[in-house]
Amino acid sequence: MSMAVHVGAVGVARPRIEGRAKVTGAARYAADEPIPDLAYGALVLATVARGRVRDIDVASVRDMPGVLGVIDHTNAPRLNPEAGNFFGPDGGLRLLQDDLIPHAGRPIALVVAETPEQARAAAQALPVTYDEQPHDTRLFAGHPAGRPALTLFDAPADIGDVDAELAASAVVVDERYGTPEENCSAMEPHSATAWWEGDRLEAVDSNQGPFQIAFTLATLFHLPPERVRVRVDHIGGGFGGKTMCGPQLILAAMAATRFGRPVRVTLTRAEVFLATAQRPATDQRIRIGADADGRLRAIHHDATYEISPLAEYIEGCTELTKTLYAAPAIRTALTVVPLDILPPYSMRAPGAAPGSFALESAMDELAERVGLDPLELRLRNEPGVGPVSGLPFSSRNLVACLREGARRFGWASRDHRPRMRRAGPLLIGTGLAATSFSTGAFPSTATITAEPDGTFTVAIAAADLGTGARTALTAIAADALAVGTDRIRLRISDSAIGPAWGAGGSRGTASWAWAITEAAAKIRGPERPMTATVDTTQLLGDLASRERHAFSAVFAEVGVDPATGEVRVRRLLGMFAVGRVINPLMARSQVIGGMIGGLSMALHEEGVRDPVTGRHVNADFAGYHIAAHADVPDIEADFVPDDEPGVPWGIKGVGEIGNVGTAAAIANAVWHATGVRQRHLPIRLDRVLES
Amino acid sequence: MKEFAYRRVTEIRDALAAGHGGARYLGGGTNLVDLMKCGVETPTQLVDVRFLPLGEIRETPDGGLAIGATTTNSDLAAHPEVRRRYPALSQAVLAGASGQLRNMATVGGNLMQRTRCAYFADPSQACNKRDPGSGCAAIRGAHHNHAVLGWSPSCVATHASDMAVALAAFDAVVRYETLDGGAEIPLERFYPPVGDTPERETELPAGALITEVVLPGSAVAPRSRYRKVRERASYAFATVSVAAHLEVSRGTVRSVRIALGGVASRPWRARAAESFLLDGPATADRFRAAAETELAAAAPLPGNGYKVPLARNLIAAVLADLAEPY
Repeated sequence: MSMAVHVGAVGVARPRIEGRAKVTGAARYAADEPIPDLAYGALVLATVARGRVRDIDVASVRDMPGVLGVIDHTNAPRLNPEAGNFFGPDGGLRLLQDDLIPHAGRPIALVVAETPEQARAAAQALPVTYDEQPHDTRLFAGHPAGRPALTLFDAPADIGDVDAELAASAVVVDERYGTPEENCSAMEPHSATAWWEGDRLEAVDSNQGPFQIAFTLATLFHLPPERVRVRVDHIGGGFGGKTMCGPQLILAAMAATRFGRPVRVTLTRAEVFLATAQRPATDQRIRIGADADGRLRAIHHDATYEISPLAEYIEGCTELTKTLYAAPAIRTALTVVPLDILPPYSMRAPGAAPGSFALESAMDELAERVGLDPLELRLRNEPGVGPVSGLPFSSRNLVACLREGARRFGWASRDHRPRMRRAGPLLIGTGLAATSFSTGAFPSTATITAEPDGTFTVAIAAADLGTGARTALTAIAADALAVGTDRIRLRISDSAIGPAWGAGGSRGTASWAWAITEAAAKIRGPERPMTATVDTTQLLGDLASRERHAFSAVFAEVGVDPATGEVRVRRLLGMFAVGRVINPLMARSQVIGGMIGGLSMALHEEGVRDPVTGRHVNADFAGYHIAAHADVPDIEADFVPDDEPGVPWGIKGVGEIGNVGTAAAIANAVWHATGVRQRHLPIRLDRVLES
Repeated sequence: MKEFAYRRVTEIRDALAAGHGGARYLGGGTNLVDLMKCGVETPTQLVDVRFLPLGEIRETPDGGLAIGATTTNSDLAAHPEVRRRYPALSQAVLAGASGQLRNMATVGGNLMQRTRCAYFADPSQACNKRDPGSGCAAIRGAHHNHAVLGWSPSCVATHASDMAVALAAFDAVVRYETLDGGAEIPLERFYPPVGDTPERETELPAGALITEVVLPGSAVAPRSRYRKVRERASYAFATVSVAAHLEVSRGTVRSVRIALGGVASRPWRARAAESFLLDGPATADRFRAAAETELAAAAPLPGNGYKVPLARNLIAAVLADLAEPY
């Protein structure tokens, strides 16, 4: 593969291409698209955690102003039960197919009216009665319904003799760590507009991957994929919550089918919480054994998390445990407990965010018990190859992240004993965490066309969540074609372009850049075609087997008021090894955003359920706390030189790694400040308050 | 949201004439409109009072301040005389909500805001305050941030206002107009005890319009403080807050006022703690003992017991802070 070096858009800090359109309000989000003759749908959600719909009194709202009709399980189009997601068939998608209520917040009807207000008024007025059944929404390790998780990834590991190594260890940490249900909480609520053009179903939908969503929608509605087209222009964040074919799109398509006109369904904030996706609660046990000098003998990580019986899902909590540290014995297992809850799905560093909280908290506890600098403990257990797989790392710069982060943070002067620093009434502490997140690429298709005016149309069904994918792909296409960025016309966000991975799993840019780069190589090749399409499926299969991960080290300083339990983060610093950085300005923004997500996970975010009804009681941004500006301190984030051999442009992906490790670094800093371990997130003030 | 009529008034008498039946007065709408969206409030008419001539803050003959009911929270907090004479009031207002909300919210609306109990805001849940006789889902439900003082088996919700806590500490008086004429109520009596009528939230007669809040000059308290503990640094309701004023002379407490937020259905004036401290020594032990005296009546639920030591620690810390030499 020949690459142009003389143009040089890759690696240059550039502001977002669409920045001006966004700050002036010109950028259109899914709910902004003007569509003629539009009707509006409003959801009705189940208010019981388990049971059956006894009756929906449609007649009582049919004559309300503007109401066109109600879709429920008695008249909804029949959906294909084979439709699913990355993990297999997904009963979460089969809305309005029967009277069963699998979780509170399940959509049970859609009211369609001439205006959004009329639809909402009728939806609120619609009388629904239920036959309630006993429910179970409480997760705990050892739950009788527990069973092994799917092994599609983060499969169980068992090398060496964990029990013998633990028995031979001078020091053993054996603790449980818990994380609550959390919500993706993108700023833009999910919105979809669907209509028929002849025999083709068209939709504008806020999602993270238009091709996959269109494919799922086609399956659901028994249509060949070419008769479904899903587009999205700008997206107000996803954080995993827009990865699946959302209820807004399924219900809009149903309503467009039933009423024969375009229908828009925009979720309320509460509906985003209750009916889209959530991170499952986890209950994790970690056992680590080490010699007196801190060399690890064994790591045992058992993670239990909740799913819904409707769909499989993998919260890969133990991936890091198989990646970060050398140990002669490593055992990991994922246990799922099916409960009466909204099906969990990927959210902000799925698996790694809760998993790293457990592992890196336990490592800090080990450092304490061994009497070792937590930084030195990590350095002392640096592996040469994949600790479980034995495969070489494609590249691994965790040590560089740790050392450079420690230097900038001033770690060397830290007194490792807890509760030694004060500032007025506050206890001050610092903590760190090492992290990884697996990287790679998925098959994608790109088409490049040389236009008569000297520009190049570069088309790929990518999605820009607001992270800057447009800007990054424009730079990559320009360099791959050896032209200036002004000659690139990028087309994304349209399923009709062809198969492409979505914006998720830290694999968007790597997957899309690969296809664009190969298509550009064809355009510039000896045959000089006017247009070239490349599907990377075959190329990806040829990639050498390696341990492929992004790495980082996160350092935190907190102030704790022991009289009130208030924890405030004073400093955060992250050093990242993410392969080659395509655009340092946007990459820095993205990892800082991730670190704020991690801070929010550490101190604030928690889906609270009513203990009696099993229903969420804080499904809004006043009750579900996300870090406010005032919670976010000065954050420093930077990158160590890194590369990813074998992947075009050396991309590793920067999407999730920012989230990982921050919660553990903060929890470790809270211990250092107070001398008390925080093993359950969020670190609420009532958990810290000293009476 | 139910359909409703909207009327903007510029004369108090027009507001009073319209403010009956299913009508509600609209200030900044930062709470009322939210509750209309979720179906808790269903007014037939909104009477927009923001353009009434009630937006001034003026001096009173006794050296106090009269704050017009449509003064925005932002203007109240920024007013130089409020900041000089009643710093805890300015601090309390600034500790509430967000900048955007404070720009809209009004003093009258702030006093009339409803509880943020999640069960109250969800018409599918049992709530005696919203639907008398339906029960209280919070008492056996998620009540992490609910009341520990003065609640009843009917309702365990807290009052959400920060401003009202400072007003309670400063002996503020609420003035209002009705079609039958004007009257006033001390803020401390403005919110009745919960009892078995949690739906009755204020002592205002039906259709009454709050016109101003008067801060007596005798209560001028340049040495006062508002400290709010919350689950994030901004845009969160108090878990516990304290508005306090303290004057110490030669080691003896000469004047003290303490009000608590986040612990009861109304701003909680800590009279027992004040009596305990008055004319006694101003020491850390006494501050803590005074707090414990006040909190002896606390009755926490299984999920909010932390509020009792938190309130004790917070009262002691704020008083100790105020007792420091100038």
